[in-house]
Amino acid sequence: MADDRLLRETADAVLALDEPWPALVEAGLAGVGVPEEAGGSGGDLADAAVLLRAQGYHGAAVPLAETLLAGRLLAAAALPVPPGPLTVVPGRSARRVPWARRAHRLVVLDGDRVAVVAPDDVETVPGTNVAGEPRDDVTVRGELAAVPCPVTAGDVALRGALLRSVQLTGAMRRALELTVRHAGEREQFGRPVGRFQAVRQQLAELAGEAAVADVAVRAALRTPGDVFAVAAAKLNASRAAGAVADLAHQVHGAIGVTSEHPLGALTTRLWAWRDEFGGEAHWARRLGELGRVPWEEVTRTGGPPPEGATVW
Amino acid sequence: MALPELEPAVLPPEAERLREEVRGFLAAARFEPRCDSWLTGADPAFSRELGARGWLGITLPVEYGGHGRSALERFVVIEELLAAGAPVAAHWIADRQMGPSLLAHGTPEQKRRFLPAIARGECFFAIGMSEPDAGSDLASVRTRAERTRAEPTRAEPTRAEPTPAEPTPAEPTRAERTPAEPTRAERTPAERTRAERDGGGWRLTGTKVWTSGAHLAHAIVVLARSTPSATRHDGLSQFVVELPSDGVTVRPIRGLSGEHHFNEVVFDGAPAELLGAEGAGWRQVTAELAYERSGPERFLSTFALVRLVCSVAPGAASGRLLGRLWALRQASLAVAGALAEGRAPELEAALVKDLGTRFEREVIDVARDRLGVEPDPVSPDPAARLLAQAVVQAPGFTLRGGTNEILRGIVARALEVG
Ligand SMILES: Cc1cc2nc3c(=O)[nH]c(=O)nc-3n(C[C@H](O)[C@H](O)[C@H](O)COP(=O)(O)OP(=O)(O)OC[C@H]3O[C@@H](n4cnc5c(N)ncnc54)[C@H](O)[C@@H]3O)c2cc1C
Repeated sequence: MADDRLLRETADAVLALDEPWPALVEAGLAGVGVPEEAGGSGGDLADAAVLLRAQGYHGAAVPLAETLLAGRLLAAAALPVPPGPLTVVPGRSARRVPWARRAHRLVVLDGDRVAVVAPDDVETVPGTNVAGEPRDDVTVRGELAAVPCPVTAGDVALRGALLRSVQLTGAMRRALELTVRHAGEREQFGRPVGRFQAVRQQLAELAGEAAVADVAVRAALRTPGDVFAVAAAKLNASRAAGAVADLAHQVHGAIGVTSEHPLGALTTRLWAWRDEFGGEAHWARRLGELGRVPWEEVTRTGGPPPEGATVW
Repeated sequence: MALPELEPAVLPPEAERLREEVRGFLAAARFEPRCDSWLTGADPAFSRELGARGWLGITLPVEYGGHGRSALERFVVIEELLAAGAPVAAHWIADRQMGPSLLAHGTPEQKRRFLPAIARGECFFAIGMSEPDAGSDLASVRTRAERTRAEPTRAEPTRAEPTPAEPTPAEPTRAERTPAEPTRAERTPAERTRAERDGGGWRLTGTKVWTSGAHLAHAIVVLARSTPSATRHDGLSQFVVELPSDGVTVRPIRGLSGEHHFNEVVFDGAPAELLGAEGAGWRQVTAELAYERSGPERFLSTFALVRLVCSVAPGAASGRLLGRLWALRQASLAVAGALAEGRAPELEAALVKDLGTRFEREVIDVARDRLGVEPDPVSPDPAARLLAQAVVQAPGFTLRGGTNEILRGIVARALEVG
């Protein structure tokens, strides 16, 4: 994508809509990050991240990350990417598959093979996360017309963690903005509550957690195949999500816990996304395993992905 | 204002090559790794060794004895030294902030006098900001600066010796210099420069406290009130006083374990020279604080314990620390990159210090849980010694360089709340 600012502005305008999906498709944004040869709109992971941040920021209910993940997976397996919303099912039977019941096609990973499946060919038990987004248990019926695939379920889990991290940082940025604004507008005891030092300290705390997560996720986006970097990014994003949601609600007072208020669309996503593709504890264990020689590991990242990592 | 978008800096290949050199040196160097080595681990000989290797004054220009390298190269060198727990306290303040500050505000003569010696690891500095009644409210400092001459107060010698235009002739290289060249403190009065003899035209009276390393320092930079009547921030200037000096008394203030790292420094009409412009002290100090707040020393003070926990008891707890450390380092790198581009990311620097120093504390609790030792400063077990150092220095982590409450105040102000 040539023009980062144009992409940002378009993404921002479209994702602020009530029903963004048709406009995303029309603007060609649903395929950003998927190679044109495969049927996508081109652009790299950094471009896709611009969209995902905007999606998080607006708390938009669209399967952008899922469609991106599925599209890149198909492109890696040299399969054409079908139109419409997609999602990856990491196995013949998988739990809490995001957006499965709304997907136009499901991309099923079965060991080292992959197949594109229509909704009619799977059994779906619906579930939702606390933000109301579909998270369905999926079982594939019958035989799969699968082809070899270089991307593993582990790769999908790692990439999913990175994409959720990006979405989280978008949502946290907006939660901070709403909270700062509210603290400046809401008056008690004859002045804006944001004049009280206790409240100001909470806002600084909120900003700090969000800022560190943001920088970590931006760094990890440069080495998306590096397990240590992505694990650290998701760990920080998930940790920050909880802190940001708590502080944002505290500063908002009761108005923040009403369904009309925009804060809820963000905090419910923070609570859901922080656990999806692994929460803090999951990635902490991975980091503990990987980091027995910690300084070398901490400073190594930022370079090229380790030997043998799948580039996709 | 919204949250800034900090892009982490990418380290250039030359920085990574430098890292390998420093690691090679550290693997062979002999010292006991410690916690908080950048404030309490002073070893002048080690500092000179680093100077000889070209690892001090890295970003200073070559004509002033520096190495003309980038801020990111400096970042790599200092993070390696800190992670190893190397004894870097003696030169820390000179290398981190007085070098850049003298370069930005000093006269050509001051630069020639101090910068090459800083880069050699032979000139250590102390920071004279805090006073008994001026802590967080730094602008309330009472140390007075009075002129001793009516004429303009630039310390630059203009009569006795001709002033070469900047840049000045390069200092002799290491190879040309005899190894035992005396440092400033060892020189006879006849060898002192004119600025020193005249005291630079000012006298200081007042008391500074918590002055780290003043007992080892060859000079101290003092924030003092130069115009009594001016409003709080305007009447402040920075001064340099070489140590030891007439009219300056340095007394130890013992830390919690009886250790001597900070001091009370009393100025009783001590001769001083101006650093930078008169009345610009507040601006200069604020700029220094961005360097002071965002570096890797704000999250690596207890790294020796992280290393231990990760190797002895790897698991979710060690992983949590590593993930946090990785992110804080990226944030610190991002600030370093912004500073190198000439930006002054005050909010981000404050955030790095607030979160980084709290991480240093978190490390202690994980180490207490995972290492199965009690802190003991004289134990034969290095884990117990490291833990003791960390526990006792920990209160300082979130105080020095601006308390975390003050830092959060800075962040809230930058967010334009209310
Ligand atoms: C190990 C160590 C080394 C040091 N080295 C040096 C040095 O080399 N040179 C030097 O000049 N100084 C040095 N200092 C001093 C340091 O800069 C001060 O400790 C610091 O600025 C705080 O000042 P104070 O200790 O007087 O605390 P105070 O300012 O008295 O603060 C006491 C408490 O009140 C809180 N507080 C104060 N004002 C506010 C406010 N507006 N809002 C909310 N809370 C507030 C503080 O956060 C703190 O918790 C060092 C300190 C330590 C601990």
